[in-house]
Amino acid sequence: MAKVEITVNGRATSAEVEDRTLLVDYLRENRNLTGTHVGCDTSQCGACVVHVDGKAVKSCTMLAVQASGSDVQTIEGLAGDDQLHPMQEAFRNNHGLQCGFCTPGMIMTAVDMVNRLGPKLDEKTIRAELEGNICRCTGYHNIVKSIAEGAKQMGKGMKKAAE
Amino acid sequence: MGIEGIGARVLRKEDKRFITGKGRYTDDHKVAGMHYAAFVRSPHAHAKIKKINIKDASKMSGVVGIFNGKELTGDGIGNIICGWMIHSKDGSPMNMGAWSALATEYVRYVGDAVAVVIAETQAEATAAAEAVDVDYKVLKAVINPEEAMADKAPQLHPEAANNIIYDWEIGEEAATDAAIAGAANVVEMEIHNNRLVPNPMEPRSALAQYDAAEDHFTLHTTSQNPHVARLVLSAFYQVAPENKLRVIAPDVGGGFGSKIYIYPEEIVCLWAAKKAGVEAVKWTSDRSEAFLTDAHGRDHVSKATMGFDENNKIVGFKVDTIANLGAYMSLFSSSVPTYLYATLLSGQYNIQNIHCNVRTVYTNTAPVDAYRGAGRPEATYLVERMMETAARQLGVDPAELRRANFVTEFPHQTPVIMCYDAGDYGASMDAAMEAVDYAGFEKRRKKSAKKGMLRGIGMSCYIEACGIAPSAAVGSLGAGVGLWESAEVRVNPVGTVEILTGSHSHGQGHETTFGQLVSDRFGLPSENIQVVHGDTDKVQFGMGTYGSRSGAVGMSAIEKALDKVEAKAKKIAAHMLEASEGDIEIKDGEVSVKGTDKKLLWHEVCLGAYTGHNLPEGMEPGLKEGAFYDPTNFTFPAGCYICEVEVDPNTGTTTIEKFVAADDFGKIINPMIVEGQVHGGLAQGIGQALMENAVYDESGQLLSASYMDYTMPRADDLPSFDVSTTETACPGNPLGIKGCGEAGAIGSPPAVINAITNAIGHNNLSMPASPQNVWAAIKAGE
Repeated sequence: MAKVEITVNGRATSAEVEDRTLLVDYLRENRNLTGTHVGCDTSQCGACVVHVDGKAVKSCTMLAVQASGSDVQTIEGLAGDDQLHPMQEAFRNNHGLQCGFCTPGMIMTAVDMVNRLGPKLDEKTIRAELEGNICRCTGYHNIVKSIAEGAKQMGKGMKKAAE
Repeated sequence: MGIEGIGARVLRKEDKRFITGKGRYTDDHKVAGMHYAAFVRSPHAHAKIKKINIKDASKMSGVVGIFNGKELTGDGIGNIICGWMIHSKDGSPMNMGAWSALATEYVRYVGDAVAVVIAETQAEATAAAEAVDVDYKVLKAVINPEEAMADKAPQLHPEAANNIIYDWEIGEEAATDAAIAGAANVVEMEIHNNRLVPNPMEPRSALAQYDAAEDHFTLHTTSQNPHVARLVLSAFYQVAPENKLRVIAPDVGGGFGSKIYIYPEEIVCLWAAKKAGVEAVKWTSDRSEAFLTDAHGRDHVSKATMGFDENNKIVGFKVDTIANLGAYMSLFSSSVPTYLYATLLSGQYNIQNIHCNVRTVYTNTAPVDAYRGAGRPEATYLVERMMETAARQLGVDPAELRRANFVTEFPHQTPVIMCYDAGDYGASMDAAMEAVDYAGFEKRRKKSAKKGMLRGIGMSCYIEACGIAPSAAVGSLGAGVGLWESAEVRVNPVGTVEILTGSHSHGQGHETTFGQLVSDRFGLPSENIQVVHGDTDKVQFGMGTYGSRSGAVGMSAIEKALDKVEAKAKKIAAHMLEASEGDIEIKDGEVSVKGTDKKLLWHEVCLGAYTGHNLPEGMEPGLKEGAFYDPTNFTFPAGCYICEVEVDPNTGTTTIEKFVAADDFGKIINPMIVEGQVHGGLAQGIGQALMENAVYDESGQLLSASYMDYTMPRADDLPSFDVSTTETACPGNPLGIKGCGEAGAIGSPPAVINAITNAIGHNNLSMPASPQNVWAAIKAGE
């Protein structure tokens, strides 16, 4: 057993977990944050993407103990108190989801994409950057549109913050 | 949110919970006393079980029970059924072998469940399952269906000699042979439709609860049709009587057909919860188990012959198909290569003579059943590859050959059961050709050639049958169930509305579109409308969602119930306003007398219905109506897809430069959602055409059993799509809906392959057109 101390969505959490506990299992089972999903067992599908210290990580491929001391953000922590994150809004406005299962991972990946590459994302870049996220419902068409729009809105937010 | 009725691009109500991580899928549910199941699965494709040794495993930490197939059948749990009886052409019923949820004597595919371990944690269950020691006598396996029919092939089931399940036919063979014999030109092809793994992103999961005091079960499960699951679990598997079993399909993360069926794991979790004396048992598939045990799709091999007269009119079409159904007959497996397939072989064309023979075969592979399109993609792929090949052989433009053979008068009776009710195939073709700039292709081809690239264009004019189906019709064809749908509209005393539906949404957006019907009818804002589905304790009954039936059938049931609600509300309002019932109008949330200023607010009428203070003589209080809708015909969505590709002759890599879809879905309730359905279907069809393939080795090991090996289409494999619709209303149902859920997957594979074969200059190419296969085809030439 190992003790982990992880800040999850701004709140300090700690628990004794088996050494082999994956970060995704810590989030889903210990913290009851079931918005982070498990869609495969080979680290391919990206349904489990969360942010660890501000970077997108597949939480099925990281041990909880490796995240100890880190700041983890999940889909549940993305929206503000009263309003959705612009990327969440964009997915809804552009019908970027159907069954919703891949969506949390898609949104967390998309936010990370904008954080790394800036708000001006062309279609080719978005498609290439989605290499680690699989969706079976949408054919990606509206996900690509959503991310382009979400990035633009995030850019406006960044600009406003800078002013 | 406002009042947004039929035809509006209403954003989805359900999205809020999905984009904030608050969706509640089966595996997200936790209950007190929950234990976990892990299955012991066969590593062999074919073997006799000699002994199951659980001595070490049962002593392991957390284990509360380990059970096998003999205990399961000993407790009276019934074998898994196939719900559609097919008779061979000699009149004999299909040869169905027994399928127990846990194998008793033999295992017949890799992944076949042999035993289940129930333990306190998932990790403990998994560890103990690995420690169960099964002694097998390994038998020779057969994977290829043609080899399976040979006399000396390994036999899977004693009931099916030569592993043949049935040998079925449709159409007139002699007339078709004669027509082809007299044809001016004959086109022949052998066509393989590759095996696919459905892969909804949410793996299957079951959470079975047993309440010993009430002797009552509750099952949360990843199902497209919870009522059918309850019926089958009760009536055939004897898990519990229907009144003692509640089935809930909560948020479900995609299905594509693979979540229609009642799988062994659901049966076993229910049975094992009671057997082990625990309150609840949960099992969630990992992706590897999903690859091994979810019902696969397609897997046909066909020989096709099409005859043309001197004016290039089709005179006859003959098809001989072998369909691989895997190791056991899944719930609707028998219907897919027969009534969902061969009945569509007329395509969009006027063909007087069609004959199709189908043999279905057992092999040591995962069971095969309906996957998005189910039979119709296989038919479309045959017809549309034949048409393209014929055009090249006859030296005519593929569009013109199709146009010359289109059905143009309706209703049109085909020689293979279907009676097409409405359509305008030329309109879809015109729209697609314009969108892709068909005329400008030659210029683009030359431009590609200058870069050393091969450019190709390919077309597919599909037709499919949705809205399954008229109950009496499918009953006469062997279906074990009726395929109507039910709905209930509950108007609350304050005027808000709940729609209870037997359809199930697992990505289709029913919570939004079904509400649009109510908004449209009564002028109510969408926030006042709630759609309830997926719970057998709430909704009376329903047949579920598959076969693009929820619009054409499910919404029709809602319309029928709304008719009754409207009629009663008008009676009440007429009485309250002292007017004639025929003069009452309900609009924008108001109930008024036409041509006067007399009116009531909608909720005043609803409240009146519930107070019962002032109702017409003899009227029952309340405002709640139910309806069962049984369709009068199939519906026939149709369209034209055109794909333009660039192939790199040095690597065999195909890039889709353009993909254009022009569909006729009849009346559209929400264009945004319809477009989304088309996009998703196209991705699955293009995936089949370019990359997806379930491959077994000779010993029956599934080689493509993970996302490292089975190529799922990713964002950078696909283009953005150009989709549009034309509309001919469907005369068969009150809303004029045809259905849109599967069209993309049905119509797209032949468009892609026709484009690639156009680029490489010959027709000798099979799916998937992976770079390796295309490169080899280029090198091999004709």
